[in-house]
Amino acid sequence: MKRTKLALALLGLLVAQSPRLQAQTGPAPAAKAVIQIWMWGGPSQLETFDPKPGAGYDYTGPWTKPIATNVPGIEIAQGLPLLAGIADRYAIIRSMTHGSNAHETAAYMMQTGHEPGGGIVYPSLGAIVSRFKGYDNGYTGQIPPYVVLTESQGRFSEEGFLGPRYKPFVTGGDPAKKVFAVEGLVAEGVDEAGLAERRALLESLDSLGKAQAADPAIAEARAAAGDAWALVTGEAKKVFDLSLETEATRDRYGRNSFGQACLAARRLVEAGVPYVTINYKGWDTHKEHFGVLDKKSGELDTGLSALILDLEARKLLDSTIIWWGGEFGRTPKIAWEAPWNGGRSHYGAVFSVLLAGGGFKGGRVVGSSDARAEAVATRPVYPRDLLGSILERLGIDPEGALPNPLGLELKTMPSQGEGPGKGRLKEIM
Amino acid sequence: MIAPGKATSLCLVLLLWSLGYWAAAQSSQAPKPTIDGIVSRALAAGGKSLNAPVSDEAYISRVYLDLLGTRPTVAEQDAFLADPSPERRAKLVEGLFLRPEFADYLSLKWGDILRVKSEYPSNLWPNAVQAYHQWIREAMRTNLGYDKFARALITGSGSDFRDPESNFFRVLPSRDPASFARHVSQTFLGLGLDYLDAGTATELGRFFSRLAFKRSMEWKEEIVYTDPLAPGSAAGPASASTSVSYRFPDGSRIEASPGADPRIVFADWLCSPANPWFARAMANRIWSWLLGTGIREPVDEARLGGPEASPELLDFLAKALVDSGWDLRALYRLVLASQTYAQESRGDAEPSYARYRIRRLDAEVLADALYRVTGKGEAYVSPIPEPFTFIPKENRSISLADGSITSSFLVKFGRPSRDRGLASERNSKVSVDQELYLLNSSALRQGIEQGPLLAEALALAKTGKAGALSYLYRSLLGRRPSPAEAATVEAYLKRKGGPSRQALVDIAWALVNSTEFLFRH
Repeated sequence: MKRTKLALALLGLLVAQSPRLQAQTGPAPAAKAVIQIWMWGGPSQLETFDPKPGAGYDYTGPWTKPIATNVPGIEIAQGLPLLAGIADRYAIIRSMTHGSNAHETAAYMMQTGHEPGGGIVYPSLGAIVSRFKGYDNGYTGQIPPYVVLTESQGRFSEEGFLGPRYKPFVTGGDPAKKVFAVEGLVAEGVDEAGLAERRALLESLDSLGKAQAADPAIAEARAAAGDAWALVTGEAKKVFDLSLETEATRDRYGRNSFGQACLAARRLVEAGVPYVTINYKGWDTHKEHFGVLDKKSGELDTGLSALILDLEARKLLDSTIIWWGGEFGRTPKIAWEAPWNGGRSHYGAVFSVLLAGGGFKGGRVVGSSDARAEAVATRPVYPRDLLGSILERLGIDPEGALPNPLGLELKTMPSQGEGPGKGRLKEIM
Repeated sequence: MIAPGKATSLCLVLLLWSLGYWAAAQSSQAPKPTIDGIVSRALAAGGKSLNAPVSDEAYISRVYLDLLGTRPTVAEQDAFLADPSPERRAKLVEGLFLRPEFADYLSLKWGDILRVKSEYPSNLWPNAVQAYHQWIREAMRTNLGYDKFARALITGSGSDFRDPESNFFRVLPSRDPASFARHVSQTFLGLGLDYLDAGTATELGRFFSRLAFKRSMEWKEEIVYTDPLAPGSAAGPASASTSVSYRFPDGSRIEASPGADPRIVFADWLCSPANPWFARAMANRIWSWLLGTGIREPVDEARLGGPEASPELLDFLAKALVDSGWDLRALYRLVLASQTYAQESRGDAEPSYARYRIRRLDAEVLADALYRVTGKGEAYVSPIPEPFTFIPKENRSISLADGSITSSFLVKFGRPSRDRGLASERNSKVSVDQELYLLNSSALRQGIEQGPLLAEALALAKTGKAGALSYLYRSLLGRRPSPAEAATVEAYLKRKGGPSRQALVDIAWALVNSTEFLFRH
């Protein structure tokens, strides 16, 4: 007993003397932005942040050599060496759970924090942030406050009952191409003089628009067109011009769509956009899982590690939350038989999520799965706990009222007391 | 002396007889209510009157967009304008009823209401969606009586794949009497369940408390049936009593035998001409589809006893629907022949139902209109990679069955999510990202440059620029350019050195971006 007390006292002394740890004892200032890396399809927990090398070949397949990270005691999968070098910058949640193996339901729960049903469709986290940190609350940027790179999620309407005002701006285009042709913003092959000439022609030929300018629907359309012209001819769109970055920077993120989307996300956050989603497709690996992983892990490793380090170098990591994860994980027992040929199915019982920046403590692991990553072993984390923690770090009350056009009394997240589990992620906040 | 009571009776008999005589003789002297009469009186109360009637040119564009979700081609315009018959507008409408696009466009509207959509949050699987849509489309194509349509949906049982109308209740994400009641109420009564008092809402749910669902051996097949012993059923075990009492939303009651399917009991009440809401709700919907605003708003979640802008007009339209034997096309005919429908769109806001409202084209209608220009079609995507979800680009957007099959364009332009089945889910406001796409996207610009419309105009330009210009105007806006517009274009062409390809691209681009192209008016 005495020994323990002594040890605690010593630890206290140590903490007091370490400036880095000391800084973390007070409440961190609120985060300002979120970059969500949505692993569309559901990434395998075993081949990312929860390897189980001892589970046997039917569980590990050929991936039997997890790698040590720069945090003693934390190992991650062998395909992520760069991320292994910076594990002190992020927290891993190994006990994420909701129990659903259906894309639609699982995606809904992971994006909204709510169970489906009740005739109500809740908004995704991005739409909630857009509601509380967007145009209604002082955001004045020309770039909309909720941007999706580059394709919309599509499983459900992201804005839910909040309505179209909170819908994301979906960029389209491919950031890895020579010109990132953001739909409508960046048009290839039109000069400014030609644009001005066309605009004048349109003005002079818009007979109905001029004759009925007082009609509210037409007035609204003309106002939107005015805003669009301001964007097209203004400076704001330069945020999407990746050619303004050095070649070295672009290389560091990886010369592929995901890597360059990470770079675009960093530029958007720098410009003040509060919520950016990168829809990263291709993780629904029912068939030939390991072949896909061999190909995609490097892309993920390079892009995500570069994003974390670049934000840190620009002193933006403390104010930017990076949230990595998909709708669920994958079935630990491998389906070797045809037609799967070594595939993994959907798995919502337990899976992993990564959180970095924005005041979340790095170098930590929250919860654990059992020996084969088949069930939660300790500290189950539910979608509402994860999303509520992100909202809390943003200074948005996770149990506050969510104003809505339905006129109903709704809350951003279900109450912590309403369900099982230990609630929000206090251990890393 | 004749007793006073008898005198009254005699007068009444005489009056009725003479009314009947007049009606039989179709005498124009009978003070028969008409849409225009009712609307004109409402306008006159505010010192206003109906606007000037639209030209035949404007009428054909309007009626094509409202019935087919499609603009008339130049050839269709010519055929109509060349028809010397004084009945040409009525003939036009009859012809449009028979077009496949009419069934497509109506099915699109019903798809929004009935939430025809693959998972999620709807519970339908893609082949159930296709079956359901086909059933609805066939009902619209054959002009199935509205009472039969509603009855089939309310009482539908069987397999989601093989008995499509059984999907009416299956779409709902939660399966409880309150959810069933809400769906029925907003679909067929036009009333929001939350505005009914709790007792009435609960009583409404009792009609659907025996609905039951069971899986079959086939993937995602589900059987809808009525379970007389359903737990929580209104009756409890059928043998427990001799009759079951139900209360309808209008307060009337019925004693039904315990073995009777309460859904059928409800359908009998719903489709009765005496039902105070059923015909009115549908008449109101058709009015809002054609004129742009309901006489009662919202059309689906109205407050019980809430204000109706013109009870008289709703009475008249509902009666017409009942008298026609629940023939939706009869109601269309009536409205489309009115001066109220055919007046110019300009005008002030009140009363809002009395004018033809200017409104942006639906996302699907706009996509199809642009397809005509670009020839490119939509890159449809489905979140569920199943058979029945791969839709070719040439497929017109108004004929899409499944609300989950979409394209980035349709999302951008506010296609409804079909999550709640409400008209308010469709967003036809113009937003900045839509304008960005229309004004400056490479996709649309290249589409105009490389598409069929420009090629056709260029071919005409070889024989004279006036023909090319007129063709562009008529194809895109359904009318010829005014002299002032022709002069503006002339000046532009002059500056550009003639009707070059680039100059015509610029003009086509300007017209595609004009208010007139984007809006029905």
